[in-house]
Amino acid sequence: MERAPKPGKDVPPKKDKRQAKRKKPRRYWEEDTAPTTDRACPGPPRNKKRNQELRPQKPKNTHILKKPRISKKPQVPKKLRKRTNPEPERNLSGAQDPFPGPAPVPVEVVQKFCRIDKSKKIPHSKSKTRNRLEVAEAEEEETSVKAARSELLLAEEPGFLEGENGEDTAKILQADIVEAVDIASAAKHFDLNLRQFGPYRLNYSRTGRHLAFGGSRGHVAALDWVTKRLMCEINVMEAVRDIRFLHSEALLAVAQNRWLHIYDNQGIELHCIRRCDRVTRLEFLPFHFLLATASETGFLTYLDVSVGKIVAALNARAGRLGVMTQNPYNAVIHLGHSNGTVSLWSPAMKEPLAKILCHRGGVRAVTVDSTGTYMATSGLDHQLKIFDLRGTFQPLSARTLPQGAGHLAFSQRGLLVAGMGDVVNIWAGQGQAGPPSLEQLYLTHRLSGPVHGLQFCPFEDVLGVGHSGGVTSMLVPGAAEPNFDGLDSNPYRSRKQRQEWEVKALLEKVPAELICLDPRALAEVDVISLEQEKKERIERLGYDPEAKTPFQPKPKQKGRSSTASLVKRKRKVMDEEHREKVRQSFEQQKQHKQKKTKPFGAWPSALDRFVR
Amino acid sequence: MKVKMLSRNPDNYVRETKLDLQRVPRNYDPTLHPFEVPREYVRALNATKLERVFAKPFLASLDGHRDGVNCLAKHPKSLATVLSGACDGEVRIWNLTKQKCIRAIQAHEGFVRGMCTRFCGTSFFTVGDDKTVKQWKMDAPAYGEEEEPLHTILGKTVYTGIDHHWKEAVFATCGQQVDIWDEQRTSPICSMTWGFDSISSVKFNPIETFLLGSCASDRNIVLYDMRQSTPLKKVILDMRTNTICWNPMEAFIFTAANEDYNLYTFDMRALDTPVVVHKDHVSAVLDVDYSPTGKEFVSASFDKSIRIFPVDKSRSREVYHTKRMQHVICVKWTSDSKYIMCGSDEMNIRLWKANASEKLGVLTSREKAAKDYNQKLKEKFRHHPHIKRIARHRHLPKSIYSQIQEQRIMKEARRRKEINRLKHSKPGSVPVVSEKKKHVVAVVK
Repeated sequence: MERAPKPGKDVPPKKDKRQAKRKKPRRYWEEDTAPTTDRACPGPPRNKKRNQELRPQKPKNTHILKKPRISKKPQVPKKLRKRTNPEPERNLSGAQDPFPGPAPVPVEVVQKFCRIDKSKKIPHSKSKTRNRLEVAEAEEEETSVKAARSELLLAEEPGFLEGENGEDTAKILQADIVEAVDIASAAKHFDLNLRQFGPYRLNYSRTGRHLAFGGSRGHVAALDWVTKRLMCEINVMEAVRDIRFLHSEALLAVAQNRWLHIYDNQGIELHCIRRCDRVTRLEFLPFHFLLATASETGFLTYLDVSVGKIVAALNARAGRLGVMTQNPYNAVIHLGHSNGTVSLWSPAMKEPLAKILCHRGGVRAVTVDSTGTYMATSGLDHQLKIFDLRGTFQPLSARTLPQGAGHLAFSQRGLLVAGMGDVVNIWAGQGQAGPPSLEQLYLTHRLSGPVHGLQFCPFEDVLGVGHSGGVTSMLVPGAAEPNFDGLDSNPYRSRKQRQEWEVKALLEKVPAELICLDPRALAEVDVISLEQEKKERIERLGYDPEAKTPFQPKPKQKGRSSTASLVKRKRKVMDEEHREKVRQSFEQQKQHKQKKTKPFGAWPSALDRFVR
Repeated sequence: MKVKMLSRNPDNYVRETKLDLQRVPRNYDPTLHPFEVPREYVRALNATKLERVFAKPFLASLDGHRDGVNCLAKHPKSLATVLSGACDGEVRIWNLTKQKCIRAIQAHEGFVRGMCTRFCGTSFFTVGDDKTVKQWKMDAPAYGEEEEPLHTILGKTVYTGIDHHWKEAVFATCGQQVDIWDEQRTSPICSMTWGFDSISSVKFNPIETFLLGSCASDRNIVLYDMRQSTPLKKVILDMRTNTICWNPMEAFIFTAANEDYNLYTFDMRALDTPVVVHKDHVSAVLDVDYSPTGKEFVSASFDKSIRIFPVDKSRSREVYHTKRMQHVICVKWTSDSKYIMCGSDEMNIRLWKANASEKLGVLTSREKAAKDYNQKLKEKFRHHPHIKRIARHRHLPKSIYSQIQEQRIMKEARRRKEINRLKHSKPGSVPVVSEKKKHVVAVVK
């Protein structure tokens, strides 16, 4: 539609003038011969010609280099990459770019950042919508490539532990590891000998910098475990069932014998929440600012810690609740029950989102990995099972343990730890993405007392174990994500940064109603609830408000409104509607027949029963 | 045994001195940033709410005229200068940065019907009820000099509008016919008529500069080519059009402000169907002006409000009104596309922001980045019911609000009747006319 304006009759050709004025400055390295030749045969045409020759070269090359943005093969080593470029671009100065073009990005990394399911086809809709979808898809691909490229800038590499020529890593002792690693890492292994106040529960803050632990005889302490600086140490004179940091290290929730208490980092009691009584387990959902508590009375209570209101109190109807964990991917709470089921809860629903029968006996421990893909459970039947949470809820692997695990935890990189009596076992997966393989032990360690609480420290290769003899911090190479995000959870953040982060986090507090199994559901077209709403509305009203009202003939004047004529008019309309219906059903039948006749001659296959 | 533990050097993560910036390493791994969609949704919701909180579009009111403001003109070279003509024949020149009148001229007896500036910005033209066309210098007269027009042309009939060519020393007036004048001469180069009716406005096309459009009170819009002596073609609508405005970016597109409360965006090449019918006003639309980007336009209406429409949308994105603003007669979108001016019956010129919640002044790069990010988020989640409701909500004066309700009922009744007629007649005998085609009576070439 747009067309360049035609120049007027006597409009002076301004553009040409400007071009002539703005001459390209010549650099000292631009071919020495040029000025001499110019001097020999002066005149602009020759000069222009050279410029024309030089210019088109550039876009051509960039075009070639730009095209393979995603290399189809996994990342090529540097030497190979160099060779694959047939003719490296030469600068005018003669220097040569050893790494021309944008850095290649491996496909797997791009896949990680991809948000659109490309297996779904774009619907054949109106061209405008289709265009928009196509543009969005292209944009999405570009952003995922860019995000993947930013991975090149990550500074740290994950840790590892390998046995030399067939040595079993499970036989390596903590003392060996401590001896082998640098001093800074060795200092991360420590043992707090606290026999007096009984088995300990412990919790690391979200940044992994702070550690809080509470003994069942009332001892509560919080410390910066990296510098070993004690923040507070109190005795609450009551049994401590569980302890948990709230959104920052400044607040501490402690489930005591009767009520739930909240302390600050100096040990001053800020709140006593009497509506949460006899709490056994605590979970904090950091993006929703919800503290989930499971109680002996069988209630799962969600407390909004930003406003101090109880969002939901759900009766699980399964007796005492002693096993709870959260799914960090979708903030769904998993509760383990004594009948062997694990139920999934969200504060928006009174009923569980799902129930999974996991064990023959009761469930002793549940944990979910950070991607929300795998759930590990252990039960009274001495089984340890790993479930797939992506829709199927089927066990992927199972293993019988001699004692059965009482405590389970996943690390950020997918290591699974189980506490059995006074022994801690750790399993690792083959790759980053897969579930841990239960065949081969990665590490094992014996403690001075039975295990009572377990957690991997975020962003550090450390596992914290609370037991009856105190608290142990043990080294597990390769457990943690090496590169943290400075804006999200920064272990090195200052007070000012923490305050700023707190404000930001509170501003984007996710409402509790949005918790569901698929956290991406909000970005999709919601067809089901629309139909459901309509159905519910009809049920509520007892009739369909959008349905056609039955025809009611208007009364007419001067004796035409006799009963017979009214009935006649009504019948007329009814007949018309009936005819329309019949016409439609005929057409449907016709279409159905055509569909059926199409694959003529193909016999029904035995596999047809699996077609949905 | 080969072992490597994760061991960070704190020096790489903590700033050296207090004067340094904090070091913030980033990792965009999605597993470290869960709840991407719900968090973005909350951000979008907050951004939408803040947009409504900061929506304070009214900037200033320029008072000084002693009668209703009848026409406005932009200065082509200076953003701060605006000209206005009133119903008592007075022309005022305003400085927008100082928000003051810098010059007042008693230009005509009776109304100043139309005014336009020359493309170079050195002079301007006015037409009035006293059958004259006057050319004025833009600069104020020197000390001791009298306020006098450069040229005065005495005509035979009343001129109702004027517009200047965008590149040449030619201007066009309208009245009973469209006259095209050379600036140097006192008689028109050519005059064009099609029927006998008073033409209310004439506008030059800013891209195809030889094209003109005019609208007359016999309900038609006529297009002319200056190089020919006869008009090109015309389209007849249901009711009369008050003004038209050409899209400054798309040569073929113009928008007509109609008396039937609607605005029609036409493609010049296919006049039989408007491209979009813009509906939202509840009274006659009196003036329309395009943003220099060509993506939006503003319309002034007799219902005491001005509305901003995207070119491709049939509903307005914004409505501006104040308690004191009466029937808005003229409206202009400034050349930097940031402000809107409107002149109304009660002698004031009002200055509005084109984007109601925009922050004025220089933005820091972080502010700019946050603004862009929020804009994108709002776009992404705009169809969510909660966000949609907040973004769409506008407070309306009671008169407009009740008018909208009333017209909705009327429209519904009309629609019902139409459907009934269609249902009770022989299939095919009553044609279904689309909303776009309904208002076009005929196209004549």
